[in-house]
Amino acid sequence: MLSILALTAFSILRLRGLFTVAMMSGIYSLTAAIVFLVMDAVDVAFTEAAVGAGVATVLMLATLAHTGVRAARPAPVSWIGLAAVIGAGLLLVAATLEMPALGSAEAPANLHVRPRYLNQSMDEVGVPNVVTSVLASYRGYDTMGEVTVIFAAGIGVFALLGRGRRTRGTEPPEDKET
Amino acid sequence: MDHHYILRVVSALLIPVIMLFGLYVQFHGDFGPGGGFQAGVIFAAALVLNALVFGLQRTKQVVSPAAMRIGASFGVLLYAGVGVAGLLAGDNFLAYSGLAETAIAGQHLGILLVELGVGITVTSVMVSLFYCFAS
Repeated sequence: MLSILALTAFSILRLRGLFTVAMMSGIYSLTAAIVFLVMDAVDVAFTEAAVGAGVATVLMLATLAHTGVRAARPAPVSWIGLAAVIGAGLLLVAATLEMPALGSAEAPANLHVRPRYLNQSMDEVGVPNVVTSVLASYRGYDTMGEVTVIFAAGIGVFALLGRGRRTRGTEPPEDKET
Repeated sequence: MDHHYILRVVSALLIPVIMLFGLYVQFHGDFGPGGGFQAGVIFAAALVLNALVFGLQRTKQVVSPAAMRIGASFGVLLYAGVGVAGLLAGDNFLAYSGLAETAIAGQHLGILLVELGVGITVTSVMVSLFYCFAS
């Protein structure tokens, strides 16, 4: 599955036809959803499949209807940039060497609040799906931040696209205050 | 898309089912996988499918862009409002235990309302984005 992910990512890099790129990124999201599913993260897989493979692809296609479907010629390779990217990547790989093994019982993630969430969630929150109880109750602040981010993103797109389209080609509507 | 009969018939059959599934994911998120984020996207996908197959204008007549703008802010306000309700009940911000007679019932109510807020905002923002890009 991870090799399919890597293959898809490289083909997205190589392709110049943006229609194909939109389709490939949908495939990438679907594969990522399967990876999450294999790791028993059903809720995350659900989101990835619905957002990444579904709505994001449709939005990309809708954008392509406004722009061209061919990417511009890529800029010539900057060797300094390439060296910086490879150096940062190697640093990240070196950092992962010190991480505890996946699923290790001694990992900090499994020692801190996780036992409490798993053991006390039914008594404290009473919701069978622990993911929901962590997301909506224990970590309610974080989720409120997420919703606000989505709201802000929507407002941003609306400010950029929503008003400009309406007034294009005609006189801008008169401001009522002036 | 007037000549795509199969697409139109299948979509007309599927869209209510997709919406029903969105509601199931929304309100069954306490017990199975799902919740406001997933349900919001599924519900938005049903509306986007409707707009793709039956035309943007017809969808906009049913679900107006203004309603989607109000919905986007209403969801966030509902989420924050639940937090403030917890404050008024004498608890911390976003602590749900004081919202009902028992702490467990309060948690259930709080999570239900919060997830509803998430779902409304996500649906509204996704549909608004599609309107912006497609019009």
